[in-house]
Amino acid sequence: MAVLLIAEVTNGELAMDATAKALTAAKALGDVTVLAAGAHAASAGEAAAKLDGVAKVLVAEDASLGHRLAEATAALIAGLADDYEHIVAPATTDAKNVMPRVAALLDVMVISDVSGVVDGSTFERPIYAGNAVQTVKSSDAKKVVTIRTSTFDAAGEGGAASVDTVPVGDNPGLSEWVEDKVAESDRPELTSAGVVVSGGRGVGSEEDFHLIEKLADKLGAAVGASRAAVDSGYAPNDWQVGQTGKVVAPDLYIAVGISGAIQHLAGMKDSKVIVAINKDEEAPIFQVADYGLVADLFTAVPELTEKLD
Amino acid sequence: MKVLVPVKRVIDYNVKVRVKADGSGVDLANVKMSMNPFDEIAVEEAIRLKEAGKAEEVIAVSIGVKQAQETLRTALAMGADRAILVVAADDVHTDIEPLAVAKILKAVIDEEQPGLVLCGKQAIDNDMNATGQMLSALLGWSQATFASKLDIEGDHALVTREVDGGLQTIKVKMPTIVSVDLRLNEPRYASLPNIMKAKKKPLDEKTAADYGVDVTPRLEIVKTEEPPARAAGIIVGSVDELVAKLKEAGAV
Ligand SMILES: Cc1cc2nc3c(=O)[nH]c(=O)nc-3n(C[C@H](O)[C@H](O)[C@H](O)COP(=O)(O)OP(=O)(O)OC[C@H]3O[C@@H](n4cnc5c(N)ncnc54)[C@H](O)[C@@H]3O)c2cc1C
Ligand SMILES: Nc1ncnc2c1ncn2[C@@H]1O[C@H](COP(=O)(O)O)[C@@H](O)[C@H]1O
Repeated sequence: MAVLLIAEVTNGELAMDATAKALTAAKALGDVTVLAAGAHAASAGEAAAKLDGVAKVLVAEDASLGHRLAEATAALIAGLADDYEHIVAPATTDAKNVMPRVAALLDVMVISDVSGVVDGSTFERPIYAGNAVQTVKSSDAKKVVTIRTSTFDAAGEGGAASVDTVPVGDNPGLSEWVEDKVAESDRPELTSAGVVVSGGRGVGSEEDFHLIEKLADKLGAAVGASRAAVDSGYAPNDWQVGQTGKVVAPDLYIAVGISGAIQHLAGMKDSKVIVAINKDEEAPIFQVADYGLVADLFTAVPELTEKLD
Repeated sequence: MKVLVPVKRVIDYNVKVRVKADGSGVDLANVKMSMNPFDEIAVEEAIRLKEAGKAEEVIAVSIGVKQAQETLRTALAMGADRAILVVAADDVHTDIEPLAVAKILKAVIDEEQPGLVLCGKQAIDNDMNATGQMLSALLGWSQATFASKLDIEGDHALVTREVDGGLQTIKVKMPTIVSVDLRLNEPRYASLPNIMKAKKKPLDEKTAADYGVDVTPRLEIVKTEEPPARAAGIIVGSVDELVAKLKEAGAV
């Protein structure tokens, strides 16, 4: 059975971690062809060809596919669908934008945020902010699936797949890219980092968020935030961890000044080791923490930063 | 321009959900139900467009059980002008899948001809994040998901979207479907006089069959389980102890 895996392509480059993790899930479904689509996608296609277990790579390049605009990208994927039983992508914001559109064009349901593959038509996915896990069996002829990357290991390299180009249809002209506001950072990417340090409303201000960032830098960690911290302007939106933000499962997650609402837990409770620093001993975050420290973050975080070497 | 806002009745976001012992689903009998939080944001945005003179009429639509009437009354109390309830299930535990919801919404849109659909980015029960995108595909319209800013300028809209890398702004052709994210606005509370007034606003009742849409699920729910529980942790007494424990565990 053939699987079309949509590579995560950001500004012409392959997002290796997300693609390689979705590949692990895709390999369980059949022979994997990777599609690299974008205004520039050739080098992403070359990179994907080296992933272990990729049978073939298709490259689609056209200005209309730049910035992953949904209408043109979905039309391209739906146009290729005849040859595949599964169409799979990592559950990034780009894929969440495009894949339901693909599914509707094919008159099938999308299966979002899959955390487990049982067989070719049966999948596990978290619902209710991860408070329940549902197993669903699809009766559709084609399965359009997005993969929750935090639950799959990345596939390795060592492959040497052939690379073909595919034609791109006419631009429907429904939408245009205007601008991106992307914060440059030398820190590891949130969803692939081995360590994440997150701050919440308890941090109190944008200036004091530097305490969190200093601890993160000491650990070589990515920085995350609760919704309350983002809403209050202490941290940018792309740092939000949770039901409606990013889902992370690092080796170590340190939650500072975060109460532990279910919507936040939904994004981090599969981390290997969880540390919580909160001055309220009743805070629900302590129920998922392996190590809890009841303390004022303004003294505990600088001390911790200093004592870690 | 008419604005159509699909609103879903979901378990209140403050309720701790319980998985039924027989694995058949989540217990929804006698729990507090509310409008999906993202849909409140969508209703708020629609009302603001009307207040700014950019929209003439705001229509709220809900698909599901009869009780979704309450959700629609909430939308009306916030300021929507009228509502349409499409009854598609009898049991409160039956969730209508995004594809079927999108098909029903398309039929409503064919009749109502709105210039804009504002929906939520995701329903907090099934966490699908799909309906707006599916509807847009069925209509052949443009789409702008995860919106944190929306400006309508004549025949197009400028939308800022919350994406993995930060913020992206796109320009979409009208009519369009916008799915809203948390930071687009802060929804208002309905005042008591407005709640009273909402009782007199028109609420049409239809069925899925009226629109000829088959709502049979494509995904059979095999089982619903609790996620694996985490092992209990410990409270440490000091930063030193924390550092020692983390080193012991090989975490730093
Ligand atoms: C539809 C919806 C989606 C949502 N999605 C998300 C999501 O994706 N991610 C998310 O995080 N939230 C999400 N939320 C919000 C969530 O419900 C909570 O409101 C939010 O997580 C709270 O953030 P917080 O823990 O930082 O703030 P609070 O709950 O206010 O907690 C602050 C904590 O800081 C502690 N504190 C204060 N001062 C100090 C100090 N000096 N030292 C130590 N501790 C201190 C307090 O004891 C408290 O526990 C969502 C909500 C809704 C309705
Ligand atoms: N049954 C429904 N009735 C009305 N609107 C719905 C329904 N289901 C989904 N929606 C809309 O689609 C959005 C996304 O839902 P979902 O795709 O299920 O995550 C919601 O925020 C609503 O705006």
